[in-house]
Amino acid sequence: MSATPEAKPESARRIRFAFTDEQEQFRSAVRRFLEDKSPTTEVRRLMATSEGYDPEVWRLLSGDLALPGIHIPERYGGAGFGMVELGIVMEEFGRALLCAPFFSTAVLAANAILNAATEAQKSQLLPDLARGARLGTLAVTEPTGEWDPARITVIATPDGDGYRLDGTKSYVVDGHIADLVVVAARRPGSTGHTGLALFALTGKASGVERGALQSMDPTRKLARIDLRGARAELLGSLEAGAPPLVRTLDQAAIALANEMVGGAQALLDSAVKYSKLRVQFGREIGSFQAIKHKLADLLLEVELAKSAAYCAAQAAAVDDPEWPALASLAKAATSETYLHTAAECIQIHGGIGFTWDNDTHLWFKRAKSSEVFLGHPSYHRELLMQRWGI
Amino acid sequence: MSRINEAEVRAEVREWLAANWDPDMSLVEWRSRLADSGWGMPQWPKEWYGRGLPHTLARVVEEELANVGAVGVAKSGVRLLAAATLLEHGSDPQKKKFLRRILTGEDTWCQFFSEPGSGSDLAGATTRADLKGDFWIINGQKVWTTSAHHADHGLLLARTDWDAPKHEGLSYFVIDVKQPGVDVQPLKQMNGHASFNQVFFTDAKVPQENLVGRVGEGWKVAMTTLAHERRGADGLASPSKRGTRVGKIHAEERVETEKANQPYTWYPQRAGRVDLILERAKETGANQDPYTRQEIAKLLILAKSAEWTARRARAAQQQGRPQGPEGSLGKLAASHVARGCSRVHTLITGTEAMLTGKGSARDGIIAEILVSVPAVSIAGGTDEIQRNIVAERVLGLPKEPRFDTGPFRNVRKN
Ligand SMILES: Cc1cc2nc3c(=O)[nH]c(=O)nc-3n(C[C@H](O)[C@H](O)[C@H](O)COP(=O)(O)OP(=O)(O)OC[C@H]3O[C@@H](n4cnc5c(N)ncnc54)[C@H](O)[C@@H]3O)c2cc1C
Repeated sequence: MSATPEAKPESARRIRFAFTDEQEQFRSAVRRFLEDKSPTTEVRRLMATSEGYDPEVWRLLSGDLALPGIHIPERYGGAGFGMVELGIVMEEFGRALLCAPFFSTAVLAANAILNAATEAQKSQLLPDLARGARLGTLAVTEPTGEWDPARITVIATPDGDGYRLDGTKSYVVDGHIADLVVVAARRPGSTGHTGLALFALTGKASGVERGALQSMDPTRKLARIDLRGARAELLGSLEAGAPPLVRTLDQAAIALANEMVGGAQALLDSAVKYSKLRVQFGREIGSFQAIKHKLADLLLEVELAKSAAYCAAQAAAVDDPEWPALASLAKAATSETYLHTAAECIQIHGGIGFTWDNDTHLWFKRAKSSEVFLGHPSYHRELLMQRWGI
Repeated sequence: MSRINEAEVRAEVREWLAANWDPDMSLVEWRSRLADSGWGMPQWPKEWYGRGLPHTLARVVEEELANVGAVGVAKSGVRLLAAATLLEHGSDPQKKKFLRRILTGEDTWCQFFSEPGSGSDLAGATTRADLKGDFWIINGQKVWTTSAHHADHGLLLARTDWDAPKHEGLSYFVIDVKQPGVDVQPLKQMNGHASFNQVFFTDAKVPQENLVGRVGEGWKVAMTTLAHERRGADGLASPSKRGTRVGKIHAEERVETEKANQPYTWYPQRAGRVDLILERAKETGANQDPYTRQEIAKLLILAKSAEWTARRARAAQQQGRPQGPEGSLGKLAASHVARGCSRVHTLITGTEAMLTGKGSARDGIIAEILVSVPAVSIAGGTDEIQRNIVAERVLGLPKEPRFDTGPFRNVRKN
């Protein structure tokens, strides 16, 4: 498939524009699970805890449903599916706003290891992540909040058969509870994309100091990690660290895009439902065109965003050369749609929409944090233009 | 299973093309063969110039035709809206009389729906049809009728009962445009072209056998036409390529295309020409400006997402699934894309956007885009009407309060 504006029909055939029946069945199974385990009462209960998740629900979704390993190859203990199935899981989680260390473990840590590690390391590290026995995450950003790997300053110094890490990471998703933290760091004296590498660090290792940050979106916990000579294991090779890191971030952007369209759909559903119930001036507010047209426009926006998110996942699944560009496209498109849908959903609910008791703010906050998580839409639009060679 | 079929279909159409395709035939002769063989519209029913194939396989047939450089059946303009409507609601004699000549390109068509007093509110039509002997006698006025000046037949919505409620007093006809009593007058558009017209009917005649569907069921029939019209505007259509192939058929086709496209020369411009954005950005250096880059990226993201949304709708259809909400949104998406293009073209072109005609940006093409884009959000049903449709039919929101019930005679009119 072609992402550049001139269509290339011969490659367009490789991509699927519909989910298969099996994928739809899988989606239903995940949705049923979440309807049962993640009603908003549970979301509210868990977001107030410091861990931010329910270990029993995590055990269930890791067990029968095998979700953390959905995209991990079978030889490393996973279910052997790919980016499209991972996208489906993310979409459903985004819809239900499930509180669980899934993005950190399955999307960030597992993909970083798959992209960077040696065979031996993969065989050693992935099975535990796949069956949910260990939690993982990826530490890229630092207190400056920049997502461009070129800005990384944490230093990795060779030390015996391992490395010592020094510096500070921040905005690390679930960094306060992760057993395994994949850290992006650089060789002393290096700059830009050279000298970057990924390292596996035990969360509780000495020289690691972790502190939960106060997240505006309490359903997504963030941490700051100070590294003072913390010992870590190099994943893969020291010279080729940047491409796997960039690849991991692109995959994460696609997963997040799919999460966001799930959230946007939940908001739209809620706004439509409310506009059929609420009566003012003797009519349902949904009979006023000001509301009707807003909702029709939101539906269009959400469907367009879904197309971007689905297409990026399908392109990544078939390793289409355009997929990194589409990752940026999808991230930019979906974060704006998500936030806009959230704001309009509050507007349509009127005063009640601005209350703590109404659920809309849960998604609004996720939308707000997703707007900047992994890079603001304007950052991704610029990246898209560069990737398209414009 | 569909894989085996695909190979079979390919083999069969190839064999047929080997025996039949000859670029030195006349265009009509070739298209007659194509229509009669069923390969021209393979997704149509077997009895009516088709082969009853699913859309996926119809695409395969198109590929095979393209591979040997064969011209397809005539597909432009209102022709296919007429064909789709007749296939669904026409009588057998009507199908026999009209469908084949639609495909061979011998007849062109136009759509007499809008009137000065009823555009969005199409069911408010007041052009009247009165039965006198074997003929319906037509009196009234239609407006904005694209291509009426060279159409042979028109799809006509007219009122046959003034005492029935608004939507139940309409009937649907095929009218011969080139007859006495049909007066076609060009209307100049804001972009300077005159592709639409106003048309006056004074005792024009329609034979009884040209009534489509039953008397009083015109609204239902018109809905079919409108649904196809909306679907056709989902942004996937691309400006037609002028062939460079040699042979009698191709020469004749070029003449035909040019004539048929003459009122549509500006149509690619009304869609905003997203294809020109990058070229222009590079040639003007606008791609160096960070703000313009952001705006270009926003537009390209929108255009790509709209294209993929249309593809999702088609993929669902091809898999035999009901189309989801994405299927109803094509026309709205197309008008967002067109307006976005207009905005970005202005941004890139800057001060020069004030000029028009030869010598201005891209020899006037950019100016033409800027003054043609407003058509997209009006023609074929305005954005507001599309939003009403999406809100009520897809999202299930409550209907508008009505003030036009009871006998049409008593309904307030423009
Ligand atoms: C380029 C072009 C080609 C055309 N070709 C043809 C053709 O070939 N054949 C043909 O029959 N017609 C044709 N039309 C006519 C077209 O279908 C009508 O112009 C269109 O449906 C709008 O109707 P109107 O012009 O009467 O506007 P009006 O209906 O008077 O609308 C005026 C404004 O009111 C708004 N409005 C009206 N009703 C509502 C409502 N219920 N809710 C909210 N807002 C509302 C409209 O959206 C619009 O903004 C063409 C038009 C154009 C521009």
